Amino acid sequence: MARYIARRLLLAIPVLLGASFLIFAMVFALPGDPIRALGGDRPLPVSVQNELREQYNLDDPLPVQYAKYVGALAQGDFGQDFSGRPVSEIISERFPVTLKLATVAILFEIVFGLLAGILAGIRRKSFFDSLVLVSTTLIVSIPVFVLGFLGQYVFGLRLGLFPIAGLNDGLRSYLLPGFVLAALSLAYVARLTRTSLVENLRNDYVRTAKAKGLTPASVVGKHTLRNSLIPVVTYLGADFGLLLSGAIVTEGIFNIPGLGRAVFDAVRSQEGAVVVGIVTLFVFIYIFFNLLVDVLYAALDPRIRYE
Amino acid sequence: MQVHRKRMRVSATLLTIALAATACGGGSDDGDGGDTEGKAGGTFSLYIGEPENPLIPSNTSETEGGQVVDALFTGLVEYDSETTELAMTGVAESVESEDSQNWTIKLNEGWTFHDGTPVTSDSFIKAWNFASNSTNAQGGSYFFANIQGYDELQAAEGAAAPAATELSGLKKVSDTEFTVALKDPFRQYPITLGYTAFSPLPESFFAGKPAQDAFGKKPIGNGPFKADGDFQAGKGFTVSRYEEYAGTKAKADAVEFRVYTEVNTAYTDVQAGNLDFSDVPPDAISTYQDEFGDRAIDRETSTFQYLGFPTYDPRFKDKKVRQAFSMAIDRKAISEAIFNGTRAPAYSAISPVVDGHREDACKFCEYKPDEAKKLLEESGFDTSKPVDLWFNAGAGHDEWVQAVGNNLRDNLGITYKLQGGLMFAEYLPKGDAKGFTGPFRLGWQMDYPSPQNYLEPLYSTKALPPNGSNSAFYSNPAFDDLVAEGNKAENNEDAVKKYQEAEDVLLEDMPIMPMFFSRGSYVHSDKISNVKVDAFSNIVLEDVTVNQ
Repeated sequence: MARYIARRLLLAIPVLLGASFLIFAMVFALPGDPIRALGGDRPLPVSVQNELREQYNLDDPLPVQYAKYVGALAQGDFGQDFSGRPVSEIISERFPVTLKLATVAILFEIVFGLLAGILAGIRRKSFFDSLVLVSTTLIVSIPVFVLGFLGQYVFGLRLGLFPIAGLNDGLRSYLLPGFVLAALSLAYVARLTRTSLVENLRNDYVRTAKAKGLTPASVVGKHTLRNSLIPVVTYLGADFGLLLSGAIVTEGIFNIPGLGRAVFDAVRSQEGAVVVGIVTLFVFIYIFFNLLVDVLYAALDPRIRYE
Repeated sequence: MQVHRKRMRVSATLLTIALAATACGGGSDDGDGGDTEGKAGGTFSLYIGEPENPLIPSNTSETEGGQVVDALFTGLVEYDSETTELAMTGVAESVESEDSQNWTIKLNEGWTFHDGTPVTSDSFIKAWNFASNSTNAQGGSYFFANIQGYDELQAAEGAAAPAATELSGLKKVSDTEFTVALKDPFRQYPITLGYTAFSPLPESFFAGKPAQDAFGKKPIGNGPFKADGDFQAGKGFTVSRYEEYAGTKAKADAVEFRVYTEVNTAYTDVQAGNLDFSDVPPDAISTYQDEFGDRAIDRETSTFQYLGFPTYDPRFKDKKVRQAFSMAIDRKAISEAIFNGTRAPAYSAISPVVDGHREDACKFCEYKPDEAKKLLEESGFDTSKPVDLWFNAGAGHDEWVQAVGNNLRDNLGITYKLQGGLMFAEYLPKGDAKGFTGPFRLGWQMDYPSPQNYLEPLYSTKALPPNGSNSAFYSNPAFDDLVAEGNKAENNEDAVKKYQEAEDVLLEDMPIMPMFFSRGSYVHSDKISNVKVDAFSNIVLEDVTVNQ
């Protein structure tokens, strides 16, 4: 098992290098002149533009720019944005925020998604099952920004239960945006759990377990659920990776300074070092969670072994 | 009774702008305050967008950082928040010149930075040298380009360092006096000095890169407020009243700048009482006045929107074509139908917020579809080919440019094609490279309240790209001469007259069609009073009182 994990982590290195080069090349290929745009209506003096291009190696060809970037990276320098802020500072400031938001969201998904899915699954065709079906369909069809503004208006402005925006209220500030962020995936988790559970409940081993006189709780909890959770865990793992790569819309609506917004702004202003730094981090997170999911399979299903 | 700072109007007939700073209300402003509203104290919060750059005055050329820097620094002169006229309430006691070219600046005593060090002529000279030096890559560098010796501070391409590090045009006379030698005469030079880029910097700023980086987060200024801590990206910070401030002290104890990525969210926070001041998002424009009543503010701003012509394109070489286009556009109808009154139709090129604005300077801006059609026929314009209309993407210009296109189609019988796919970073270089094939949208915000600022940087031969913003590639010696004469004028009145003549030439040649002057919409909570917004769209922080 340990060797397997080590091998997977080693494999991540070429993946990260390749990904960073691809991202770098994509930013490089963006049309337009970021330095010209800095000045806006009134262009910066030519000498100042030259100085900035020099500082950010913008006049070099792509391979040279990338070599300089990786060279600096090897010395622990992640580069800077156009206002001179180190990328490492941007990440260390914003990553904890994104992590907290993603954690809140994934907890919502796990608690409410699984619960709704399990209850709907064991009481198939009940009122509750139909309720889950209807409500999840509704959630899936609402765009996230509508949900965001709606939540803000009802729970923030009208009822005053949660702060409207910002992070001034500690954990409470994360609840509403976390829920909005989780809503879509929560619906998927509920559906996925229900379907998987219903399918497994039809299996022979469930009938055998019931015939042995096991309690319904034990049949579902010990036997069926473990099998049913494999697709759900796959989904949750991938989704947590996705949540950690920021949520541009939700962060914007609730004014949360996370990574999603940072990378969005950086792409718009073509700040290569920022985009590459943050997106490479996303790739790493994604690799890590894929690995975690694979390891969890083994825990859920003893038949799966890694060498 | 509320205490207002006394402001002196610039007397246009003065030969020299020799203005003694008027003593402001005195040390304790609330001395005569009997009512509760005028009482000092309290804290309030306001919306800003994320500043683009570190908070160094010479590197802050956008509104968001500008609002913060404005609170922390006071320059040589200030502007009246109502009339935008020059007010000698800043550090300068006088700014004088015999010949409009060699200026003597005398400083008031008693001004200090937040670290307690005095504001001297060195604080300005060193700051201006720093800003001018191209190796420091300061966004506000061009404001010093008219000072002698500026060119020597620009590193040649490929060279590591410029030839000089000090502007030869700046000379220190004493701690409270220095002289500025300009390349060319400029009568209205004192008016430019209120721009943030001209702010003084304390000695500690010049202690090297780490000191500057720290300064960019927690500036040490000489303004009415001082920074309590580092500016947190994405969050903001709080500034508190500077008790040793030499000007009129702020009323409130502290102000919190809160960074929002979406103005919609900030507006909702004001509705809920969590925030005290915000801009109004476009969605709420039609409802905010009903909702906020006397807590809604609507004010004209300095922003000027125009459609430029690619005068390098053979189709638009003839000024008759350009005049005809302009007369075929119903600005009033467009501004009413699309902008809910947040933009006023523009019938001049000089903004109403500055001295010298004339309501109807532009005779070809009046909506005269029949004359337009006749004029276009006279010019022999080929109406069979569609006309491209350019605007930058993702900035909400689609609707009104399309309305312009419909006007042209209905009144002149030409088809149009919208070219709105380019983001700013691609759009601007396209214009610089003479890439526009039809009328293109651009805007302008003033840097300082002089009519010159609406003319020379936009349409003079000197301002042709890549050196300036003359994207229409307009070049007319008659225009250039009139602007130069205005700059050279013996007094402000003559200067303004010459600028207006230059405006006449411009609007006759019509390299650009004036479209709109923007208005700003703001709301505030019931926690604060005496809320004023200036023409730069900045709230006048020091005057705001917190209701207690």
